[in-house]
Amino acid sequence: MTIAAKFEIEYLQYLDAEGKQVRDDLPEFAKDLGHMVELYKLMLSTRVFDAKSIALQRTGKLGTYASCLGHEAAHVGIGSAMKPEDVYAPSYREYGAQLYRGVQPREVYMYWGGDERGNDYQKEPARHDFAWSVPIATQCLHAAGTALAFKIRGEKRVAVCTIGDGGSSKGDFYGAINIAGAQNLPLVAVIVNNQWAISVPRKIQSGAPTLAQKGIAAGLFCIQVDGNDIIAVRKAMEDALERARSGKGGSVIEAVTYRLGDHTTADDARRYRGEQEVKDGWEKEPMKRLRNWLVAKGVWDDAKEEAWKAECDDWMDNEVNAYLETKTQPVTAMFDYIFAEVPADLAKQRDYVLSLENKAN
Amino acid sequence: MAQITLIEAVTQALAYEMAHDDSVVVLGEDVGVNGGVFRATQGLQEKFGELRVLDTPLDETTIAGVTVGLAVAGMKPVAEAQFEGFIYPMMEQIACHAARMRNRTRGRLTVPAVWRAPWGGGIRAPEHHSEANEHLFTNIPGLRVVMPSSPARAYGLLLAAIRDPDPVMFFEPKRIYRQYKEEVPDDGEALPLDVCFVLRDGTDVTLVSWGAQVKEALEAADELASQGISAEVIDVATLTPLDFDTIAESVQKTGRCVIVHEAPKTAGFGAEIAARLAEECMYDLLAPVERVTGFDTHIPLFRLEMKYLPSVERVVDAAKRTMAAS
Repeated sequence: MTIAAKFEIEYLQYLDAEGKQVRDDLPEFAKDLGHMVELYKLMLSTRVFDAKSIALQRTGKLGTYASCLGHEAAHVGIGSAMKPEDVYAPSYREYGAQLYRGVQPREVYMYWGGDERGNDYQKEPARHDFAWSVPIATQCLHAAGTALAFKIRGEKRVAVCTIGDGGSSKGDFYGAINIAGAQNLPLVAVIVNNQWAISVPRKIQSGAPTLAQKGIAAGLFCIQVDGNDIIAVRKAMEDALERARSGKGGSVIEAVTYRLGDHTTADDARRYRGEQEVKDGWEKEPMKRLRNWLVAKGVWDDAKEEAWKAECDDWMDNEVNAYLETKTQPVTAMFDYIFAEVPADLAKQRDYVLSLENKAN
Repeated sequence: MAQITLIEAVTQALAYEMAHDDSVVVLGEDVGVNGGVFRATQGLQEKFGELRVLDTPLDETTIAGVTVGLAVAGMKPVAEAQFEGFIYPMMEQIACHAARMRNRTRGRLTVPAVWRAPWGGGIRAPEHHSEANEHLFTNIPGLRVVMPSSPARAYGLLLAAIRDPDPVMFFEPKRIYRQYKEEVPDDGEALPLDVCFVLRDGTDVTLVSWGAQVKEALEAADELASQGISAEVIDVATLTPLDFDTIAESVQKTGRCVIVHEAPKTAGFGAEIAARLAEECMYDLLAPVERVTGFDTHIPLFRLEMKYLPSVERVVDAAKRTMAAS
């Protein structure tokens, strides 16, 4: 028998569900315990932020919100590995990555609170990142296009996109990894496989045993990692970014995690999945294992945990207040960003709306 | 100075802008070595290299989405949809991202991109190669929809489209790609977007058209003149944002209007112009507004396609009906 091609997909994990180190070859960044504490703190602040967001939604102060509960290791692992000059194209729940890159909680609240200014990220490097992409997987092609721009200009920068397990079914995802392989683009596509696309489970999305292997067909480097183990996510990201930056090509990383919450606040996951599955999901969630590991290393304890939670609470309260104090945009704002300059014909509609507003006041 | 066709004017504009602006790139299927199936990108890859004149994988969605990514990242991509009938997979990226990027980020991110597509019927092409569907784009906010009707306007409007800071659909009427030649100086002078061009002055009836159908409108005006009827001919050129004032001024003068377009009649862009005339020029009208359009059918395969496309005769008849009405 002649074999035309062969492939295998590595699975990477450093910390098991209890925080026990399952391999000795820790990557350099993980040997810096101070840095690992910082990553843990951002994961914790992401979780506090998420809880605050849901509370805001439940009290009518936010529109529909997509929770990131359970994705903290995957998201912070992605964001923390990227360099400021890289570009990130997220879908709509990767707050852990975005907070790391300078998106402010108040901006997230503004977006889900019905105000486009939430997408006008004020701080670098988020300011040059893409905003949330709601149409599934479309952002993958934006990242591919941005990666192509980097290649054309000879810049050592990488474009990173994230999609879900469901998103990896879409043509936009396949198109993005396909052109990345064909053109050797500096693209890293991370499939954050949280097992559910609203009510549709992972097995309905694909017959492939791993989602990572989809990248094989595109000629990319592929790896599956424990998406609840931030060391594994971060290591796979660092390797992928380095390969892309040095012109050695793009990657597909599948970060296997679990969506502990509903799809969004408009969803009720009890309709389609059992309690036991969610309990199992909590057994493997990302915070506990890293906390156990850091505690065992003697660099974290309950007092630090409580103190940091209190700081996060203050931070989020401050952000919530800033959000709640934000005045609604003038009605004319809906016209002012359609084109660089408001065309004459559109200006007539703008004037009309303004006249209605003036009459009402 | 060389006389060039409309398709050569497209090439000339692309080459000019690529030579003067490093951020301009061309991408699409067969745009590289082959120079495009209509030769719109002939010779560009030799001049500007494989990266700036990029043959993409055969996936329209990829072309459209990568174009958005390039533009946000500071390039000025000019993407080619090989035929208008193949543009549908591109529409999600165009409508959901290109057209709304500026608005949804309050101006933080923008998409200065052009999508070119050979548009319309009349060249005995296979199925799906003859569509006129500009009206599907004119209803998308944040998008410019531009259609040239002569070599000079193809050159000037394409330069303007590439330089425009917002996304532009540039539909090229392939029936007149090589219809005639005219002198088009390669001087980098753009024509203004968002304005209609009055191609012929007249006093009795206004013929409003765009793209390939401008040819029939002008020929109809000649025929009408021979019958003593003075027709003004307007090339809309930029459908959206619409320069309605130019159309209104003309109709206020003539009191009659015939709108000529190739796309199906119902909810075609002619319906928008007719509605605006009803809203804003009702009391200037001496006769009902006429529309001479394709029918509410798919454009037939080529044995019947000329029966579908508005003919000079149909335009003349419609104009004469408006004359007879008052």
